[in-house]
Amino acid sequence: MSGHDASGHLHVSPESKAPYAADVLERLHADAAEVIARYPQKRSALLPLLHLVQSVDGYVAGRGVSFCAEVLDLTEAEVSGVATFYTQYKRHPNGDYTVGVCTNTLCAIMGGDLIFDRVSEHLGVGHDETTEDGRITLERVECNAACDYAPVVMANWEFFDNQTPESTIGLVDELRAGADVRPTRGADKVCTFKEVSRVLAGFPDGRADEGVGAGPASLLGLRIANDRGWAAPDGTSRPTTTSTTSTSDAKDGSK
Amino acid sequence: MTDTLTPILTKFWDDPQSWTLATYERHDGYKALAKALTMEPQAIIDAVKDSSIRGRGGAGFPTGMKWSFMSPPDGGPRYLVVNADESEPGTCKDIPLMMANPHSLIEGVAIASYAIGCEHAFIYLRGEVVHVYRRLLRAVEEARAAGHLGDDVGGKGVKVEITVHAGAGAYICGEETALLDSLEGRRGQPRLKPPFPGAAGLYARPTSVNNVESIASVPGIILEGADWFKGMGTEKSTGFGIFSLSGHVANPGQFEAPLGITMRELIDLAGGMRGGRKLKFWTPGGSSTPIFTDEHLDVPLDFDSVAAAGSMLGTRALQVFDETVSVVRAVARWTDFYAHESCGKCTPCREGTWWLRQIMNRIEAGEGTQDDIDKLVDICDNILGRSFCALGDAATSPITSAVQYFRSEFEAGMTTPAHELFPPEKSVLFDLPAPTPTKESSGMVSA
Repeated sequence: MSGHDASGHLHVSPESKAPYAADVLERLHADAAEVIARYPQKRSALLPLLHLVQSVDGYVAGRGVSFCAEVLDLTEAEVSGVATFYTQYKRHPNGDYTVGVCTNTLCAIMGGDLIFDRVSEHLGVGHDETTEDGRITLERVECNAACDYAPVVMANWEFFDNQTPESTIGLVDELRAGADVRPTRGADKVCTFKEVSRVLAGFPDGRADEGVGAGPASLLGLRIANDRGWAAPDGTSRPTTTSTTSTSDAKDGSK
Repeated sequence: MTDTLTPILTKFWDDPQSWTLATYERHDGYKALAKALTMEPQAIIDAVKDSSIRGRGGAGFPTGMKWSFMSPPDGGPRYLVVNADESEPGTCKDIPLMMANPHSLIEGVAIASYAIGCEHAFIYLRGEVVHVYRRLLRAVEEARAAGHLGDDVGGKGVKVEITVHAGAGAYICGEETALLDSLEGRRGQPRLKPPFPGAAGLYARPTSVNNVESIASVPGIILEGADWFKGMGTEKSTGFGIFSLSGHVANPGQFEAPLGITMRELIDLAGGMRGGRKLKFWTPGGSSTPIFTDEHLDVPLDFDSVAAAGSMLGTRALQVFDETVSVVRAVARWTDFYAHESCGKCTPCREGTWWLRQIMNRIEAGEGTQDDIDKLVDICDNILGRSFCALGDAATSPITSAVQYFRSEFEAGMTTPAHELFPPEKSVLFDLPAPTPTKESSGMVSA
């Protein structure tokens, strides 16, 4: 929502350019090599590498920009140009938890505007601002593809469905208190901003099998179909059955 | 006559571990890949063409035709890029699909890659859904371990690798050429076309960019046959799709149905309107598609019927708003969105959305001027068809359609704020404690 009034460049404080400790830098280089190896051309590694430097610094610091530029043979201006284009790259130190209230039209009208106002008042911070204890960065976010669960709140990019002002205030209070908080559809707990940034750089944290496959709204049509005995028609794999013979037949038939 | 709902991709989303390879294999998973590997690549393309499936990402371009429009093999790399940047307001089908059933996409990628001669495919997932990213990474890992991906897929000497790539928050990256620029590590800005990605896409190589649901539908087409697919839907909009109902219906949710189902049927399945209120307006395919009203409840939701009625099927993102909602407020917020997400590359969109936003915001505040409606329509005329990509066009859709159906509400915005005409508290989905601090608390208990 900040749109055109947002600063178009990174604010790089002198301390954000302080060099990485040797062991941190060594790990960054090892991780970066792994990321670069996933792509035919190394510049493609820039987005994941920006997530990676956020996993170390909690935002895109000056030294993170320099690091990406160095390993990808880009200029710092090229890296900054990319970092400032995408909203998930933070230009100043982020809280441990980004709490994003969807205020795109549908969620806003279903209650997102009210949730944002109440939570903002409760925390005493506005959009893209962080609580003094460094725990919560509050944001208005755009549509996050969960409209059937409106109003939706994201905490470090995990889904909190069907929110109310009270439930979201409860969420931020628990996060501030250091409690483990379980998203509606997601991992067993909300990980920190740095931890999640590392996952987004493509380094799995072993939590893929946690949480549900689908929430109740996702299953509504399926449940109705099952209740009423509705199903897709049978195709060629059904009447003839035994796919082994049919595949070998197909093989024989092909040139 | 097919059933009203046809769960295919959603069929086992209620399985306790629906996302695992084991579950997928229990539901015929990777049988289509095994079958595909016995076919010539061209036969796969022909089957997909024959199914007449049209792209499920919004534009509705035939998938098989897109593949066959790729430049012929020249010995160099060819790419499949899956557009999993689902960000269109109202659209919420690919994210639950990848969370609950990621292997349907992975199998589709393996088949499609083999068909078009791609050895390294990419899935570009929006970055704001970390658990979906975990599920995709895990699914690729499982598929590779099982030999469904790698250097020797299915023991047939076929090579297919997948890199799952997380974006970083930019709606424009759903535009296919902006997505490619982003995947190349640049700002996500659309490219001039031609050349189209089929000729010069990722790294300037022949590339097919396809939506998640399109690719996930491919295994079914291969395993069950093009005729099976065409047996559902309408003549020109074949097959099935996931319809996403959100907003003021009693029970929002996902409904997998043959194309051509109507909004009246879907609202009925969703338990009717919330609290028996009246439907006011809805989007057939996300905020970028012109809005519809209760006049359009019986329009078959297929590509051609929706177009004939003046909108677009888009992504079947059916956002429902009842009589409590100010259309001006809804459109103003969408306009904020387009202004925020305009990438800035072309002037009509960058400047136009900025002006649209000023005008919509003052109409919402009850401070519109006499000529604001004409000015809105005029600016829309100057954006539509003159922008670099579809984002600019999309920004005009909600405005021009809302002015068409609800002009009097825009006129009211010259004197009265939207929140006075339509108190926002009446639209929210939760109960509010009696007095709210901001406004007088009259008449809002009915929710």
